[in-house]
Amino acid sequence: MTDATPGRAAKPPARRLKDLIYSEFFRTVIYQIALAGAVVLLGFYLYQNVVENLSRQNIATGFGFLKEVSQFEIGETLISYSSRDTYGRALLVGLMNTLSVSAAGIVVATVIGFSIGIMRVSSNWLLQRIALTYVEIVRNIPVILQVIFWAAVIRNLPAPRQALELWGLGFLSNRGLTFLLPVADPAHAWMLAALGIGIVAALIAARLARRHREATGRYIDMLWPSVGLILGLPLLTWLAFGAPHELSFPERQGFNFRGGATISPEFVALMAGIALYSSGFIAEIVRAGIQATPRGQVEAARSIALRPRFILRYVVLPQALRVIVPPLTSQYVSLIKNSSIAVVIGYPDLVNIGNTVMNQTGQAVEAIAVMMVVYLIVSLVTSIAMNFYNRLVAIKER
Amino acid sequence: MALATTEAAAPVRAYDPNARMSAGLWLKTNLFSSVWQTLLTLVVAAVVIRVLWFVLDWGVVNAVFYTTDPDVCRAATGACWAVIVEKHRPMLFGLYPYDQHWRLVLVMVIYLSTVVLSLWPRCWNLRFLVPLWIFAVGSIGILMFGGVFGLRYVPTSEWGGLPLTMLLFTGTVLIGMPIAVLLALGRRAPLPVARGVSVVFIESLRGVPLITILFVAVNVFPLFLPAGVEVNKLLRITVGIAIFFACYQAEVIRGGLQAIPRGQYEAATSLSLTYWQTTTRIILPQALRISLPAITNHIIAAMKNTSFVIIIGLFDILTATTAVMQDPLWRKFYVEAYLFVAAVYLFFGYALSRYARQVEKWIAAGRI
Amino acid sequence: MTQTAPTPPLAAQTATAAEPVIQMKNVSKWYGQFQVLHEVSLDVAKGERVVVCGPSGSGKSTLIRCINRLEVHQSGDIFVNGLEMTDNVKNIDKIRRNIGMVFQNFNLFPHLTVLENLTLGPMLTRQMKKSAAEELAMHFLRKVRIPEQAQKYPLQLSGGQQQRVAIARSLCMEPEIMLFDEPTSALDPEMIKEVLDTMIELAESGMTMIVVTHEMGFARTVADQVVFMAEGRKIEAAPPEEFFGNPREERTRAFLDQILKH
Repeated sequence: MTDATPGRAAKPPARRLKDLIYSEFFRTVIYQIALAGAVVLLGFYLYQNVVENLSRQNIATGFGFLKEVSQFEIGETLISYSSRDTYGRALLVGLMNTLSVSAAGIVVATVIGFSIGIMRVSSNWLLQRIALTYVEIVRNIPVILQVIFWAAVIRNLPAPRQALELWGLGFLSNRGLTFLLPVADPAHAWMLAALGIGIVAALIAARLARRHREATGRYIDMLWPSVGLILGLPLLTWLAFGAPHELSFPERQGFNFRGGATISPEFVALMAGIALYSSGFIAEIVRAGIQATPRGQVEAARSIALRPRFILRYVVLPQALRVIVPPLTSQYVSLIKNSSIAVVIGYPDLVNIGNTVMNQTGQAVEAIAVMMVVYLIVSLVTSIAMNFYNRLVAIKER
Repeated sequence: MALATTEAAAPVRAYDPNARMSAGLWLKTNLFSSVWQTLLTLVVAAVVIRVLWFVLDWGVVNAVFYTTDPDVCRAATGACWAVIVEKHRPMLFGLYPYDQHWRLVLVMVIYLSTVVLSLWPRCWNLRFLVPLWIFAVGSIGILMFGGVFGLRYVPTSEWGGLPLTMLLFTGTVLIGMPIAVLLALGRRAPLPVARGVSVVFIESLRGVPLITILFVAVNVFPLFLPAGVEVNKLLRITVGIAIFFACYQAEVIRGGLQAIPRGQYEAATSLSLTYWQTTTRIILPQALRISLPAITNHIIAAMKNTSFVIIIGLFDILTATTAVMQDPLWRKFYVEAYLFVAAVYLFFGYALSRYARQVEKWIAAGRI
Repeated sequence: MTQTAPTPPLAAQTATAAEPVIQMKNVSKWYGQFQVLHEVSLDVAKGERVVVCGPSGSGKSTLIRCINRLEVHQSGDIFVNGLEMTDNVKNIDKIRRNIGMVFQNFNLFPHLTVLENLTLGPMLTRQMKKSAAEELAMHFLRKVRIPEQAQKYPLQLSGGQQQRVAIARSLCMEPEIMLFDEPTSALDPEMIKEVLDTMIELAESGMTMIVVTHEMGFARTVADQVVFMAEGRKIEAAPPEEFFGNPREERTRAFLDQILKH
């Protein structure tokens, strides 16, 4: 309340005891000491109880269990893992699975969400209505129900023998999604590198073009050159490696497929559930963002004869992004958190494996702490990034 | 109409297409404004008609609405709504003893009428609401637990289905809202320690998934208590969901608090109102009104979130349905069963958001 | 460098008590490193009407807000009715109960009806019964001549009506002192008069008033003492005839020239 300047402190608040009791400053301090004391005491009391209960039940404490052998298998692993590995490694496998299903979910949710969001502001009434219906349905059905539903759908798909064929590119069966994949080739790594270089080069080129424009006033259209750089470089790399085009087609064999790549039913169901659920929210975020640029802004830009592309780049997008990015990010975080429901359909994510660890070791406090800390870090990193972004756009504002 | 009330502003339009426009002109502006739009409309309409046709064909024309024989369903090409008729009792009432289901029907009737009455502004005086809720809580408690008046005792572990979902939801909101208000006030308090405690509490709970909080409620919370003291699992879980809900709601309410101009505090101060008088009479009533749309969204989310209890084995409507769908005879008709559950959630979500809209209108009209 | 003018001899025509009800001695206040008040002293006798004027940012609002501790001064003394303004919550409460305040933006409570706005204070802080509080409220609504608006919400009223409700709300606390913080600055020109008329009536009833305003006509007819502030300093204080007819300070003259030109 009082913002006393250094050296200009408020008058000494109290002289006598009676003054002290009625002193606002004194009361403020007392309330806070009382609150802090209550929090500390409660924490200490709970800690005491936990320690007592654990010792009575002969449950170990501490994080030593992370180094013990897990003795359970995990169905889906991105890194090598067996039942002879430690609990720690099992949790790491879970974390990787959480991140991979979330990453896939974010991509799918973003693509669908942006499409539906743009449809929501379409001038075509029919499209608008369809988009609205979609949004209302996916947003208002619990995400768990959606995940369980998709899991049931996949479980009830035909077996590989009668699998649904997807335009010759793959199969959908109760074994999951199987699709063709190029046979691994050293070229792929180089192509990936080329893609990265292409993107960096395109960014640099765009900056150079802008400098050039600012210096000379002449505008160089960098759209197609950028596309060329980003797509062309990997393509050239591919050609340079003699265009390896061998593809591994999945084939039905016995009760399963051979060749290609397969994504597990659990992964597909979980990804579909959390991605569709989030897509509804993303669509609304996008709609709000698009509508955040008042019509007058576009009209003003037209009235100074800006080209449509410039209107988009310099007038509409900056305003829309400022509205879209923060809630979009928190939607991504909430998608990652939603992936924790994997346990209902048996996808081995962090929480699922943590749950198994908790049941085997009995060390509930530590196992849950590990899960919470991981998600907290994700949230924390995101909110730091968001603050940074907000500061960035806030500076641009001035 | 929108279910969740997020729309802050209507789409920016130069004109209202529905006002004073002939049908022909409306069609032209909204569907056939150009060749490209016309083409788009036709293609989309064709797809929509096909989908609707399929839904009608599957859901109505070829559907089986009533049979006790799963083979009849198997033979049909359409939906098997009979599965809902056949299984509605375990789906709606879960593990609750079969011959006692009438008690749950009564509970639902009492619960729904109490809620409807409480939402009706004409009933908003404490002399009516307090006895109403005492009666409702008392009679629902007696009916659910039993053990008196010759009713068989049913432990909470056997509760289930829609009544359990509603119990969790109502408990979440009733327990969660006061906590949310306190946390929001704490976060805006003039005392730095109160602010710090609130911020850490809110942000750390918002940073973790609900599941981990449920795990804490089930596995860790008993460890916090001294030996010999036990708290009912259902209660622990409800409080867990409620606290999670409160942390999100607190942020919404904080937004409302921030929107209150300084002058309101100053005017209250100049009338010598105390902090609590100012808060309860001046600030909160306005802040809650301002944040009502967002509050509604989180209340609807709380209803959806009750479904998370499937993970810790409470038999809410979703868990019960999932369990029922293990029946090999009827397993094939899971789509119909889940559609039914989805419809239940959609219905209540829709009802809640329509009500919230109505409240916003009342507020705008100065009625409340 | 302008020296803080010494407190001028009270030129109160209607002042009845020699002991001032408000005494400010060398009051200073800082916002961070910025000093908004420079050792301002001001005495107000019972029944005296003081008008404070000065360019925007001169600290005149901050000055009167220190009197009921909406702002906290960091040095100097403030006495109201002989009670020193410290951070003693009991004294603060006693002082505030004696002081009504009217704000530039009315600050009515938009979610309460006019009547509820008026009865809230008496009921909560003076523990009046509802019926008595409503009677009191209607009495003051009649005084500000809008009894028929009692059941309306503030935002359904015009600015002038809202400000009169705000005055009535303060009067319902039956204060001995009224502070007005630019009460007409947020009003459309045609509504200023109705609010000033209300204030003049109040002044005629013998209320002790401190008014921050740019309405020089009001100052001329009502004030016992006009205080001119600039850059957080009290530049000049004098009875209106002297203040308007023969200002002593250069800056007062410049200010008056500017404000009276049109």
